[in-house]
Amino acid sequence: MAQPELMDFDQALEMFEPVVGFEVHVELSTATKMFSDAPNPAAMDEVNIAPNTCITPLCLGLPGSLPVVNKMAVEYSISLGLALGCDIAPVSRFARKNYYYPDLAKNYQISQYDEPIAFEGSVSVELDDGTLIDVPIERAHMEEDAGKLTHVGGATGRIQGAEYSLVDYNRAGVPLVEIVTKPIEGSEHRAGELGRAYVSTIRDMVRSLGISHARMERGNLRCDANVSLRPRGSAAYGTRTETKNVNSFRSIERAVRYEIQRQAHILGSGGTITQETRHWHEDTGVTSPGRPKSDADDYRYFPEPDLLPVEATSELVESLRAQLPEQPVEMRRRLRAEWGFSDVDFQAIVNAGLLGEMHETVSLGVTATAARKWWMGELSRLANDQGVEPGVIATAEDVKALQTLVDDGRLTDTLAREVLGAMVAGEGTPEEIVAARGLEVVSDDGALLAAIDEALAAQPDVLGKIREGKTQAAGAIIGAVMKAMRGQADAARVQALVIERAQTDA
Amino acid sequence: MPDMTPEAIRHLASLSRIALSDEEITRLSGELPAIVSAVEAVQKVAGDDVVPTSHPIPLGNVFRDDIVGTPLTTEQALEGAPDHDGSRFRVSAILGEEQ
Amino acid sequence: MSELISMRASAASKALQDGSLSSVELTQAHLDRMDATEGALGAFLARSATALETAAAIDQRRAAGESLSPLAGVPIAIKDVLCTKDMVTTAGSRILEGWTPPYDATVVSKLREAGMVALGKTNMDEFAMGSSTEHSGYHPTHNPWDPTVAPGGSGGGSAAAVAAKQAPLAVGSDTGGSIRQPASFTGTVGVKPTYGGVSRYGVIALASSLDQVGPVSRTVLDSALLHDVMGGHDPRDATSIPTPWVSMAAAAERGARADNLTGVRVGVVRELVGEGISPAVRQRFDEAVELLTQQGAEVVEVNLPHCEYAVAAYYLILPAEASSNLAKFDSVRFGLRVTPEGNPTVEDVMSATRDTGFGDEVKRRIILGTYALSAGYYDAYYGSAQKVRTLIQQDFAQAFEKVDVVISPSTPTTAFPLGAKMEDPLAMWAGDVTTIPVNLAGIPGMSLPMGLSAEDGLPVGLQLMAPAYQDARLYEVGATIERLFEERDGYLVSERVPEVK
Repeated sequence: MAQPELMDFDQALEMFEPVVGFEVHVELSTATKMFSDAPNPAAMDEVNIAPNTCITPLCLGLPGSLPVVNKMAVEYSISLGLALGCDIAPVSRFARKNYYYPDLAKNYQISQYDEPIAFEGSVSVELDDGTLIDVPIERAHMEEDAGKLTHVGGATGRIQGAEYSLVDYNRAGVPLVEIVTKPIEGSEHRAGELGRAYVSTIRDMVRSLGISHARMERGNLRCDANVSLRPRGSAAYGTRTETKNVNSFRSIERAVRYEIQRQAHILGSGGTITQETRHWHEDTGVTSPGRPKSDADDYRYFPEPDLLPVEATSELVESLRAQLPEQPVEMRRRLRAEWGFSDVDFQAIVNAGLLGEMHETVSLGVTATAARKWWMGELSRLANDQGVEPGVIATAEDVKALQTLVDDGRLTDTLAREVLGAMVAGEGTPEEIVAARGLEVVSDDGALLAAIDEALAAQPDVLGKIREGKTQAAGAIIGAVMKAMRGQADAARVQALVIERAQTDA
Repeated sequence: MPDMTPEAIRHLASLSRIALSDEEITRLSGELPAIVSAVEAVQKVAGDDVVPTSHPIPLGNVFRDDIVGTPLTTEQALEGAPDHDGSRFRVSAILGEEQ
Repeated sequence: MSELISMRASAASKALQDGSLSSVELTQAHLDRMDATEGALGAFLARSATALETAAAIDQRRAAGESLSPLAGVPIAIKDVLCTKDMVTTAGSRILEGWTPPYDATVVSKLREAGMVALGKTNMDEFAMGSSTEHSGYHPTHNPWDPTVAPGGSGGGSAAAVAAKQAPLAVGSDTGGSIRQPASFTGTVGVKPTYGGVSRYGVIALASSLDQVGPVSRTVLDSALLHDVMGGHDPRDATSIPTPWVSMAAAAERGARADNLTGVRVGVVRELVGEGISPAVRQRFDEAVELLTQQGAEVVEVNLPHCEYAVAAYYLILPAEASSNLAKFDSVRFGLRVTPEGNPTVEDVMSATRDTGFGDEVKRRIILGTYALSAGYYDAYYGSAQKVRTLIQQDFAQAFEKVDVVISPSTPTTAFPLGAKMEDPLAMWAGDVTTIPVNLAGIPGMSLPMGLSAEDGLPVGLQLMAPAYQDARLYEVGATIERLFEERDGYLVSERVPEVK
C-alpha cells in the first residue's frame, strides 16, 4: 500500500487550524456487568481470563434474556459526570443502537442516545509546560461493551484476509462510560500533546474516583481521535476523520499529528477529505482507511423498551458529589497556591514526579520550602547518582525526621546533609545516625564558651577589633570554634556568644 | 408509494441481514406500499404537545445490586452453537469493519 | 377417562387434594387425549418426556403429607414462546428448530415450583406474529369446533389444546390479542394481565413494550388460579410491577358468589361495536349487554376516539421493536446456520440463515419495522405511533372515570377458514382491531365465551377490560358474567366443544 503523502507539520499549521475531538471509552470496575449479573472481567486482575467464562444468557443474547441496570454502574457514571464538571440529567434513558456484528450478541448495543446521564462539562488539562487548556465536554453516557473477535488465517491477525473468526463474549456487556468532547480549537501545534494529556487526565481521574482500573494496555480505557482542519480565516469546520485503535498515550499524540499532516496534504493539493473511520497502525505510524460512513451506519435508535428511565435525584447526586475525591488538577492548583512557589518552581516539582512526595511531606508538618529543599535538592542528587527516583531512596517520614532535627536546633543544615547521605546509604534513621556518629549540635553554652575563650586567647587582636565595633572580625573566632566543635555548633549562637564575651571582658 | 420500491426493500433487507430472493422482493413490493399507506395515518393524529409512550406502566429507577450471580459454564454457553472450537464461537470471515 | 379430561382445574385441584384423584391418573388421561386428537388438531410442537415422572413425584410428596400449592399435580400446556430447559423451544420458528434453552422462563419456574405437570409446548404463529397459527413454521393448528377453521393466533395451540381437553390449563402470551382472540375463536377463557404483571424473563420477545404472558382455561376461576401462580414481581424483568398482587382466585370466587351485577358500571365501546363487527357477533354481544343490564349493571356508552388509529400504531410499534428483538437470530451463537456455496462471509451466512429460517410474515414485519425506525422516518412513524399510544391510554383513563369495566366483542368475526386471510396481510391484521387497544394501553383484558354464532355455530367471545392494576376486577366481574351466561344457557360454551374427529 502506497504511503499517503504528508505535508510538513509546521507548514500544515501555517495553512490550517487543527480542530480535534476525543471519544474516550472507560470500562467500569464494578463487580458485575452493566445489564447482567455476570462477573465483570474489567474489574479482574488476571490478564488471561478463559474465554466465555463470564457469561449469562444476556451476554449471549439468548432468546428471552432481559437486561437489568447495575445500580453501582449508574453511581460510578454519575460520579464521573460530576468529576467532568457536567450537569447530571434528572431523567436519562437507555436506547438501542441497532447494527449487526458477530461480537454484538444481540445485534444491538444498549446505549444512551438523546438523553445521556451527563452533559455540558469541562476538564482542565495541563500540558507538559504547565499550560492549562479547558477541554469542553459534550456528554458522558452509559453503554455496554461488545465481545472480542480473534481473526484467524490472515496475515496480521486483522480482518483482511482472515479465514474465520472466533468470538469470546466475556467482554460483552462490560459497563462503559463514553466521554465525548466538543470540538477543541486553539491547541494548534500542541493538538497531539493535548490529546495525550487529556486522556492521561481522564485516566488519573477515573483511578482516583476508584471506578475503573483504566489500564490502556488492557482496553479498560480506549480513545478515538477526531481530527479536522480548518483553513485559516475560515469559519466553517472542515470534514473530520475518526481514528481508532490508538491504544497508548504515545499513539494518540502521533496519530493526531499524522492526521493533521495527511489531511493538510490532501487539502493543500486541492482535494477533499472523506468523512470516514480510520485505523491507526502504531508499528508503521500511519492511519489507514476503514469503511466510509454510509447508510449502513443508520443505527435506528429507539428508546430501550426493556429498561425504565434513570431518575437521578438531587439527593443521590449531591451525596455522590460530596464523596468525590479531589481531582489531580484541582489538587495541583491548590498546592501551588498553598505552597507559594513560582509557577516555574512548582512545575519543576511536577515534572520531576515529586508532587506526591512533596504533598505527603508537607502533610506531615514540614514547611513546603524545607520539603522542596530536601526533595528537589539533596535527595534528587543522591537518587540521580544511583539512577533511581528520589521516592525510592527516602520517604516523607524520613524527611520529616531530618527536618525536625534541624528545626529543633540539633543539627545544622550541613550536618543534616551528612545525616541524609548516611541514611540513604542505609546506616539507619536520622536519630540513630546522629547518635552513632555523635553529630549532634552542641547546645551547652558552657562548652561553647570554653571553646570561644580558647579561640579568643589564640587571636588576641581579634578581641580588640570586636570591642572597637568591627563585629565582622568575629568571623575568625566563629570559624575556629566551629572547627574545634567539628561543626556541631550552631554558628549563630556561637556568634552571639563571641560578641557577648568580647564585650563583657572589656 | 415511492418509498417502498424494490430498491428500498433491497436496502432494508440488507440492513436487516435477510437475503431476500427476487421473488420475495417482488411480492413485498406489492404488499408493503399498501401497508405503509395504512399505517401512515398515525402521522396526523397527535400534536407536538403529546408525549410519546415508551413504557405503558410508569416505573423508574429499576436497578440491580452489584452482586455476581451464577454464570453459565462454557459448555452451557457453547451448547447451542452451530460451530465452536471448544472455548469460542466460530464464524466465517467478516466483511465489515469493527465499530 | 373422558370425565378426567373434562374436569375443570379447580375441581381437579380439589380431587387431588382430597386424595380421590392422583396426578398420574390425571396426567395419563390427558396424554391419552393428546394421542387420540393430535393428528386432527396439531396443537403441540413438543411433548414432555417427563410428565408422568413429574406427576408421580407430586403424588409421592402429597402422600408424604407435604402441603402443596392448589394447582400441584394439574397438567398444563405451555406456549412454545416460553423457554423450557427440558424441552425444545422454537417460538414456532424453523430458525430455532431443535434448540433447547439453558434456562427456564421465570413463569415456567413458577409452574414447576407450584408442582404443575408440563405436558408439552404448544403451536403458535412464528415469533407470535399472526392471528391464525397458520404462520407457524411447522404446521397449522385446527380449531376443535371445526377443523377447517383457524383456532386464532398467535396462541392457537394453547387455546385449541384447552378447548379440546388435551389440557385443563395452558400458558399463552398476548401482544395484540394472541390470548384473547384464540379464546374467542375456540370458546375458551383467556386473560392478558396488566403489562408488567407477569414476568417476561425467558419469554422470547416479540414487542417488548406490548408482550405479556397470561392464562388460558375453560373457566374464569381456572384462569384466576393459574394467574395467581404466574404473576408477581421478577427482579430479572425490569418492567415487572414491584407491588404485590391480590389473589385473583379470591376475586373470581367472590364474583361467582355475587347474585348479580348491581353496582357494576359497564362501558360499551362505541368504536368497537360498529360496522366492522359481523352481524352474528353483534347479535350475541347485544344479548350479552341486555343480560348485564337485566342483572343490574349500569351500562353506558364510552368513547375511545383514538381507537381507529390503534391498528396502524400497533403495526408500526410492533414491527419496529420486533425487527430489533429478532436481530439476535443470526446463526452465530444458537439456532439455524445456513452456509451458502462458495466463500461466504459471516454477513452472507447471517443473511442466508435468516431468509431460510424466517417465514414470510416475520420477514414482512422485520422489513416494515426496519423502515419505521430508519433515519428520517422515526418521528413520522415510530415516534407518531408512540404518541397515538399516549392518546389511547388517555381515552381509556377517561372512560374508566365513568365505568368500572369496558366491554366489547373480543373479535369482529368468528373463526375464519384456514387459508382465507393468508393472501392479504392487511385483512389479517384488521381482525385485531378489538384486542390491540388493550395492549397499547397496557391495561388488563379478558375474553370469555358469550355464545355461539347463529350463522356458523362457532364461538363468540366477550372482551372485558379494566384499568391498569385492576386485574382482580376482571376476574370478579368476569366470574359473575360467566355464571350468568351459564344460568341463561344451561351450560358453559367452553364445555360444549364438539368431539374432535
